[in-house]
Amino acid sequence: MDRRAPPAPSAPGLYVHVPFCLTKCPYCHFHSRSPFGREDVKRWLDALSLEAAFYRDLFPPFDTVYIGGGTPSALTASEMGRLAAAIRRNFAIEPFSEWTVEVNPGDAAPGLLAVYRDLGINRVNAGIQSFDDETLSFLGRRHDARQAAKAVEALRSAGFDNIGLDLLYGIPGQTVEEWLETLSAALRYEPEHLSCYELTVEPGTPFFVLREKGVLPPLPEDLSLRFFMETSGRLTDNGYLHYEVSNFARDASLRSRHNRKYWDHTPYLGLGPSAHSFLEGRRWWNGEDLDAWEKALREGRRPVGGEEVLTTGQRCLESLFLGLRTSEGISLDGFREEHGIDLLALQGGLVERSAAEGLLVVDGGALKPTVRGMAVADGLARLFSDSLSLRDGVSCPSGT
Amino acid sequence: MNQIRNFSIIAHIDHGKSTLADRMIQFTGLVEDRNFKDQILDNMDIERERGITIKSQAVSLPYRAADGQEYTLNLIDTPGHVDFSYEVSRSLASCEGVLLLVDAAQGVQAQTVANLYMAMEHDLEVIPVINKIDLPTADIERVMEQIDGELGIDPYKAIPCSAKAGIGIEPIFEAIVKKIPPPKGDDALPLSALIFDAKYDPFRGTIIHCRVFDGRVRAGDQIRFMYNGTVYRVEEVGKFLLSRSRTESLGAGEVGYIIAGVKTVSDVHVGDTITLDGRPCAKPLPGFREAKPVVFASIYPIASDDYEELSIALEKYKLNDAALVYQKDSSVALGQGFRCGFLGLLHLDIVQERLEREFNQSIVLSVPSVRYRFSLNTGEVLEIDNPSLYPDPAKIDKTEEPYIRATMMFPEKYLGTVMKLCLDKRGSNTRIHYPSPGRTELFVEMPLAEVIFDFYDRLKTLTQGYGSFDYEIIDYRVSDLVLLDILVNGEKVDALSQIVHRDRARERGVHACDRLKDEIPRQMFKIAIQGAIGGQIVSRSTISPFRKDVIAKCYGGDITRKRKLLEKQKKGKKRMKMVGNVSIPQSAFIAVLKSDTD
Ligand SMILES: Nc1nc2c(ncn2[C@@H]2O[C@H](COP(=O)(O)OP(=O)(O)OP(=O)(O)O)[C@@H](O)[C@H]2O)c(=O)[nH]1
Ligand code: SF4
Ligand SMILES: [Mg+2]
Repeated sequence: MDRRAPPAPSAPGLYVHVPFCLTKCPYCHFHSRSPFGREDVKRWLDALSLEAAFYRDLFPPFDTVYIGGGTPSALTASEMGRLAAAIRRNFAIEPFSEWTVEVNPGDAAPGLLAVYRDLGINRVNAGIQSFDDETLSFLGRRHDARQAAKAVEALRSAGFDNIGLDLLYGIPGQTVEEWLETLSAALRYEPEHLSCYELTVEPGTPFFVLREKGVLPPLPEDLSLRFFMETSGRLTDNGYLHYEVSNFARDASLRSRHNRKYWDHTPYLGLGPSAHSFLEGRRWWNGEDLDAWEKALREGRRPVGGEEVLTTGQRCLESLFLGLRTSEGISLDGFREEHGIDLLALQGGLVERSAAEGLLVVDGGALKPTVRGMAVADGLARLFSDSLSLRDGVSCPSGT
Repeated sequence: MNQIRNFSIIAHIDHGKSTLADRMIQFTGLVEDRNFKDQILDNMDIERERGITIKSQAVSLPYRAADGQEYTLNLIDTPGHVDFSYEVSRSLASCEGVLLLVDAAQGVQAQTVANLYMAMEHDLEVIPVINKIDLPTADIERVMEQIDGELGIDPYKAIPCSAKAGIGIEPIFEAIVKKIPPPKGDDALPLSALIFDAKYDPFRGTIIHCRVFDGRVRAGDQIRFMYNGTVYRVEEVGKFLLSRSRTESLGAGEVGYIIAGVKTVSDVHVGDTITLDGRPCAKPLPGFREAKPVVFASIYPIASDDYEELSIALEKYKLNDAALVYQKDSSVALGQGFRCGFLGLLHLDIVQERLEREFNQSIVLSVPSVRYRFSLNTGEVLEIDNPSLYPDPAKIDKTEEPYIRATMMFPEKYLGTVMKLCLDKRGSNTRIHYPSPGRTELFVEMPLAEVIFDFYDRLKTLTQGYGSFDYEIIDYRVSDLVLLDILVNGEKVDALSQIVHRDRARERGVHACDRLKDEIPRQMFKIAIQGAIGGQIVSRSTISPFRKDVIAKCYGGDITRKRKLLEKQKKGKKRMKMVGNVSIPQSAFIAVLKSDTD
């Protein structure tokens, strides 16, 4: 990726959902078919072209493309080639765009990676999750620690200079020290980007069933906080920027440009089953079922499963909770412009109070969460929006 | 009119009034069996959920008696709980007789006696009925002895029945027809009808429930409310046949409803007399004695903007709950509200819930209090039921609190535990009476403040459900009182203040802080709770803040899902009132009074 010419921040992002996985991980609630056949991929690709055609003229040129899933690396080189061609045929992509693909460590074969490079893919995000075999098998991953290491090496050898690694912590039985070992292993590769997520147990997953049975208790708050703070500390010590609750970049230019669009109401288009899109205050999402999605497209219909037009209150709540997740925080001017509200004048002196408690700083015209503030970003957002909807005459009644 | 009988079913709580009403309704075929549901007259959700009657409910039953004649029986099912005795007393004013139910297993209980006295005050014919004879623990002979010895009624008049199994129902009908006198009154006289209840209907205006004593009223009549002289044109009259059923007219001796398009809620007063504008009666009917509230608390809207709406809701609500009294009030911490008087804590609870359910109000109530008396050195005597109006201690000469005489009935073996409970509650002047073998009747004088809160529940638990309780206020007695304030993050929350006995003050302070710690959910900031007496801190507790409250992953573009989660969490907080920087849940205000055991 060329970082010298950052395009206009408002250019939209394109997301493609690849709904296939070789095996299904027991904690994952993303939509994907597993097992699947090449015939399924062909039907999906055909339908994806039809879906893209619906939106061809609706969006200005994109400056990020993100191919996620599911497991994009489960596509063969030629399938990925067809996908890239379909994208380029239907949409204008800015020069110097960020073009990311998610890669499963088990799939990082040099041949495939070389094709990615040829297709213009300049960023890869590898679902490493852990460098510990026991943890990986608990998580039901099909790769082991050795494969994880080899995958990262292969990515580097293929010439990728923007690599992101996804890691999970807070796995039952895992100590903070064990987790920090995985983190150290990751740091040896000097990845440009790290996503460190606490394991969340989502309804509809096998892990959720276990939790209901009491086998997989949630992490106690204190421990969850310790994981969070230690992760932040270790990575900041190593020169990383903790720029979002779960995301770290080696420097500001290496933050995920695509994800940022989700967080600041920039338009984005999502293609494929279960993908979400946002344009001009309207958000819509596709149905999750691959067959239903494909059938709708074959019959000439948009495969939309639902949509909403954000009310001012909802937009306001989103700005709050999304903004408070990022180190950039909420721009006071920007917030006033978008919502007509001066956050510094919040009822009950909430900003001063949060600042006094070390949760926020007001800096450079923005409300920025500290690391401890990020750890309670949801709570802060609720608190702020409560006081907005209680204040007389303010048009920010969330939930209307 | 000779063919009409007006009667109420009265009894101690749970002795089977509503179930007997069920059987009588079914007996007359008023409802088809497949449409029937148990306790059919308990038609409010809140009654069905709690399994108790809250409102008196009238229904007219057609009955062909053994003498071959057709009768109209106006039955009123009444509540049994002490807190709703005002409902009972108003129902009795429309009747000539009562069925007094006694549970065959439990026997005569405190409210059996209290209700019998009420019926006697109204000079009503009393038909004793022994219910639940199907129970294996039923002891009809023993109950007959109690009816004789404790109620002073000829036990051979008692009709044994099982409301549940439908045994002995017909003899009850025959007794009603034969023993209860038909209403007196004269169709030809000017109209006089007593309003005993009312309900606001958004489409029809106020529905007036009344008993006609003299005269006749029909659609088209110009009626006058004697209390304030306002005149309305009658749109519809009718009877209660489970639902409202329009009739051509209502005549002397009949119970029914009048709809006259009354949208000005304040024109209708329960206890007022309705007459004809063109031909008024000479003087209003006696009406009802005022309800005497014993517990007081303030109601505040959760969002201050909703004060006006709450005011309108209360006015409409009061039509259907004549026992509620209220007036404007305001709190430093909670803003504008209403000071309300209730007949007890259950009544308070029901008012709160009905305002929320039926009128869609989001409210909180301050800590309930009884009414205390303060003599000042200026010679002034103040009656204060609101701790925020506590007088300047330097000016107080004498403090007094209301005392009651409690009557309790329970099997003898519980005497020890019940006595201990009474002593705990500052009881004195105990008198014990053994009305029949194995049964104890206990009379104790206690401060009202000690019994209204959780005394009855404790008594029931201690006696495994066999204890019953009734009380009357006897007088005010000198008592060393102090004001216990609660500070949240250093700020006094007047709605949490209590007036307490000095000997108990510290203990109450500790208790309040502990309960608030349990009730107030953790928030973003640390919350310090303190109890203070006269500026001196006597207790404290701390609620630690959240330290981790964020979802790890904001999934792809699915911001909607995450926002909905937050919205849901916000909704869950709706029933909390922001006091300064702290959200205090509705439940906290009552919780400070409740003991740890419930
Ligand atoms: N075994 C038996 N149970 C009965 C009989 N009559 C009523 N019950 C039960 O006693 C309980 C209370 O009955 P209700 O009819 O609600 O009593 P109530 O007197 O109307 O109660 P309140 O209105 O709350 O004072 C219910 O569980 C009934 O099923 C009876 O004849 N036999
Ligand atoms: S975690 Fe990734 S590989 Fe595993 S099931 Fe989910 S999408 Fe597929
Ligand atoms: Mg009942």
